[in-house]
Amino acid sequence: MPFEQIKFYQTGTFTVGNRLLDLSDRTVQADITRSNALNSGHRACRGCGEALGARYAVDAAMRAANKNLIAVNATGCLEVFSTPYPETSWQVAWMHSLFGNASAVAAGVAAAMKAKGRKEVRVIAQGGDGGTADIGMGCLSGMFERNDDVLYICYDNEAYMNTGVQRSGTTPAAARTATTPSVGPEPGNTFGQGKSLPLIAMAHGIPYVATASVANLHDLEFKVEKATAIRGARYIHVHVPCPLGWGSEPQDTIKVARAAVESGLFPLFEAEFGDVTARTPIRHPQPVENYLKLQKRFAHLFRPVRDEVRLTAIQSIADRNIQRFGLFQEVAQ
Amino acid sequence: MQIRIHGRGGQGVVSAAEMLSIAAFLEGRFAQAFPSFGSERMGAPVMAFCRIDDQPIRSREPVMHPDALIIQDPTLLHQNSLFDGLDESGYVLINSTRDLKELGIESAVKDLPPGHVRTVPATELAIRYVGRPLPNGTLLGGFAAMTGVLKLESVVAAIRSKFPGKIGESNVAAAEAAYELVAKRDTREEVHV
Amino acid sequence: MFKQIEGSRAVAETVALCRPEVICAYPITPQTHIVEALGEMVKSGDLAGCEFVNVESEFGALSVAIGASAAGARTYTATASQGLLFMAEAVYNASGLGLPIVMTIGNRAIGAPINIWNDHSDSMSMRDAGWIQLFAETNQEAADLHIQAFRLAEELSCPVMVCMDGFILTHAYDRIDLATQEQVDGWLPPYEPQQVLDPANPVSIGAMVGPDAFSEVRYLAHHKQLRALERIPVLSREFHEAFGRDSGGLLRSYRTEGAETVVVALGSVNGTIQEAVDELRADGVPIGSISICSYRPFPLEEVQKALANAKRIVVLEKSLAVGLGGMLATDVQMAIAARPRRVYTVIAGLGGRAITKTSLVELFLKARRDALESVTFLDLNWDAITRELARETAVRRSGPIAENILKDLGELSSKIA
Repeated sequence: MPFEQIKFYQTGTFTVGNRLLDLSDRTVQADITRSNALNSGHRACRGCGEALGARYAVDAAMRAANKNLIAVNATGCLEVFSTPYPETSWQVAWMHSLFGNASAVAAGVAAAMKAKGRKEVRVIAQGGDGGTADIGMGCLSGMFERNDDVLYICYDNEAYMNTGVQRSGTTPAAARTATTPSVGPEPGNTFGQGKSLPLIAMAHGIPYVATASVANLHDLEFKVEKATAIRGARYIHVHVPCPLGWGSEPQDTIKVARAAVESGLFPLFEAEFGDVTARTPIRHPQPVENYLKLQKRFAHLFRPVRDEVRLTAIQSIADRNIQRFGLFQEVAQ
Repeated sequence: MQIRIHGRGGQGVVSAAEMLSIAAFLEGRFAQAFPSFGSERMGAPVMAFCRIDDQPIRSREPVMHPDALIIQDPTLLHQNSLFDGLDESGYVLINSTRDLKELGIESAVKDLPPGHVRTVPATELAIRYVGRPLPNGTLLGGFAAMTGVLKLESVVAAIRSKFPGKIGESNVAAAEAAYELVAKRDTREEVHV
Repeated sequence: MFKQIEGSRAVAETVALCRPEVICAYPITPQTHIVEALGEMVKSGDLAGCEFVNVESEFGALSVAIGASAAGARTYTATASQGLLFMAEAVYNASGLGLPIVMTIGNRAIGAPINIWNDHSDSMSMRDAGWIQLFAETNQEAADLHIQAFRLAEELSCPVMVCMDGFILTHAYDRIDLATQEQVDGWLPPYEPQQVLDPANPVSIGAMVGPDAFSEVRYLAHHKQLRALERIPVLSREFHEAFGRDSGGLLRSYRTEGAETVVVALGSVNGTIQEAVDELRADGVPIGSISICSYRPFPLEEVQKALANAKRIVVLEKSLAVGLGGMLATDVQMAIAARPRRVYTVIAGLGGRAITKTSLVELFLKARRDALESVTFLDLNWDAITRELARETAVRRSGPIAENILKDLGELSSKIA
C-alpha cells in the first residue's frame, strides 16, 4: 500500500500527534518509545531551529534503522550545544571529528561496517551550512562521487552561527551577518553569490536528495525515513531558523520557516539520481516581505527607507524558485 | 659490483636495473636497484643503478663509481658526465649500430681493457624479436656476455619474472641473441649486425 | 619468504598480511606504489574483508580513516610531504581521539619550492602531534615495522607513522624476507578497540573539553608515549623471536664501543654512514654511529646511554629548523643535557640531494678535528648562494629565488648528485 502523507492542515491543527492515525503514520515524536536520540538538557538557544530539526531527524532515522545507527557530527552549533563537557545529550553512537570532514568520517564508518559485514548498521552525517557548503565541500563531493552509503543531513541556518554569525556560502542575498554588515551602498550579503547544496548534490547524481524545513516536521521525518531505507549517498537539506543570528523571535521559529517555504524562497522537493521527482506545492503563497520582516537581519531593507530594488530582487529569486520547481502546480498522485 | 644505466624515460631503464637485481637475487646474491628519481616524463634523460654483492648492501647513495655502464640511448653520449667515476677496468655497453669512432667516444674509453667496451644493436634486435624498440631486456643479455657477472639463465629468468607471457619470451629471445653477438667476438671494436 | 621486490611492494604485501579492514588512499609521490598495490589486492579479492576507499584529498583520507577506526576497523593509509600537511588537522584529531591508525610516510620534502625528493621535513612537521613515529633504516625494516606498528597502535590506542625514505627506499628493489600469513596471524591479534561506535552500546566520541579537564586529557596522551618507550623494545624482541629478524626497537648502535665520535641519524642514510664508519675504522679512527628508530617517543635515556662515552656527537639530519639549525640535534642535546658535549649539527640531503660516503668521510674527519661549525650544511654550493645574495642586494626585483639558482646552475638533467 503506497504511503500517503497526511498533512497537518487537513486536521486544522499543528499538533505533533494525531490520535486518529496509526502510530506508524504519526510523527516519531508522538511515540513514547522513541529513541530520544537528542535528549533534553542540551544548551541550544531557545527557539533553536537546529535543535528542533535534529531531534526530529535523528529519531526518525533511528526508527527507520531499527536503532542500528551511528551518527557523525561536524563542528558547529549542534555539536557544541549537544556535548558540553562533561555531558552529552546524545543517546545514540555519536562521533565528532573536525569541522570539514563529517562526510569523510561517516564514509569511513560506513566502510568499516561494510568490511565487517554489518549491513544493518546505517550511518548519518550531520553538519551546519558552514561545515557542509564551505569547508566541508571537498569531502562532501568526494562522498557523493563515491556513492558512499551515508545519509548527510545539513542544518542550514545560513551563517556560521556558533562563531558569531559570519557569512557562509548559503547566506541569502542582503542578509546581515558579522562579515556582511548592513552598512554602505550595498548593505548585507552581496547579490549574485551563494550556492545551492541540494542542486550540487543532484549534480552528483546520487540516489536521493531532499529539502525539508522545520515548518513541516512530519515531512522532515518522512524524508529522513525514506532516505534511511535507501542505499548509497543521500542528502537532506533542512532549513532551520536561528533566532539569534536572524534576529527573529524565539517563539516565531516555525512561523519564520513556514514563511520561507510559502514565499518560495525555500522550496521543498525531492530528487532521485539528479532529477526532481516530487515537490510540495505552496498552498498559501506569501510575498517575500512577510518572511523578511520577521527578521532583523533584513531590517535594513525596510528602515530607514524601503529598499524597493533589493526587495524586488529577492522577490524574483522566490519567483524563480516557484517557476523552476513548479511550486504552484498540483502534486501528482 | 656497481652498474649504472643511462637512457631516456620510456625506454625501460628502471626495469633494466630491477631485472639485473632480480637476476642476482636468483643466483643467491644480494642486490639493490633504484632509479634516479623524477616526475614521470617520456624522453627525459634518466639513470638507474644496481649494486650486486655477496653481503647485504648498506649504501644508499647513487652509484658514483660504476664498474659497468649500460647506455641504452646513444644520443646521451654527448654528455661528458656519462662516464664520470667509471672504474679504470670498468665495462661499457652501448646500444648502437655504429662503431666507437662514429659515436665519437674513442678517446673517452681508450684506457679501458680490451673487450670492456661493446656496442650491441639492441634496439634493432628488440624490434626483430619483440616488435617494439625497447632494448632494455636485450641489453642485459649483452651485459651478461660482456662481464660474466651474471649467468645468461639468470638474466632470462629475471626477464620472465618481470614480463610474463609472450612479451617475456620475446625479450628472452632478444637477450639471448644479444648474448651470442657479444660472446662470439672479443675484440675491442663494436659488433655490427 | 625471500623476494627481490620494490620497497613499496614489500610494505603493501606486509600491510595486507595484517588483515586491514579499511584502506583509504590519495595519491602523492612517492607513496603511490604502496596504495596502488593494496588497491589491486583488494580489487582482485586477494585481500578479502577490506574496503578500499579512493578519497578526494589527503584530508579526506585521514578523515575516512578516523571514522573507520572509531567504528572498530583496523585502518591504514599512507601519504607524504604536502599531503601530510593537508591532513594536519586530522593528524592531531586522530591522536587526540586515540585512534590506532597506521600510516606510512614516504618521506619527502615540503615545498615551496616544490620538490618530490626525499628528506624528513614532512614527518618532522608532525613530530609533536602525538603520533608514534618509527623510522625504517632499510626496506626490510620498513615492511617489518608495519606489523609492529599495528600491534603497538592498538595496544596503546595511539596512531603510528612508519617513516621510510621516499624514492631511496620506496622505489628501490631489495632482497626482502616477507612474512607469511601464519606468522602475522600468530603475532598480531584482531583489533580490540578501547572505544568504539556501536549502536548497541552508544557512546559520544569527540566532545568538547574545557579548561577544567583539557590538561589531564593531554597528560594522558603524553603518558601513552612514555608507555610506548617501554613497549617498543619489548615488541621488537618478541618480533625477533617470532620472525627471526631484528627490526624496530628504540635505536641501534654501530661500532660505538670506544668511539670518540658518534654520528646520529634517522632512516636509510644510516647504511651509507655505516660504510663510512667502516672505512674510517679501518684507518684507526674511533668512530661509531647510532640509528634511531623510535623518533617519537624520543628515547632520551637510551640515547644518553648510547652516547655515554662519546667525546663529540655529529647529528646528521635531513631536516632544517629554519633560522636555528637542527631538529633531531635539539632532541639529542636534550638527551645529553646532564653531561653536555659538543654536538655538531649537519644538515644534509635536503630535497633529495645525495649523501655520499666520500662526503661523509671528509665530514667525519673534520668533526674529529673539531673543525666543524656548530651547524653545517653538507655539500652546499656556496658560489650559487653568494651570487644569489649579491643579486638580491643589487636590485629589488631580483626575481624568484628558485628560478635564479636553477638558471645559475644550468642544465641539471645530466648530473648524478
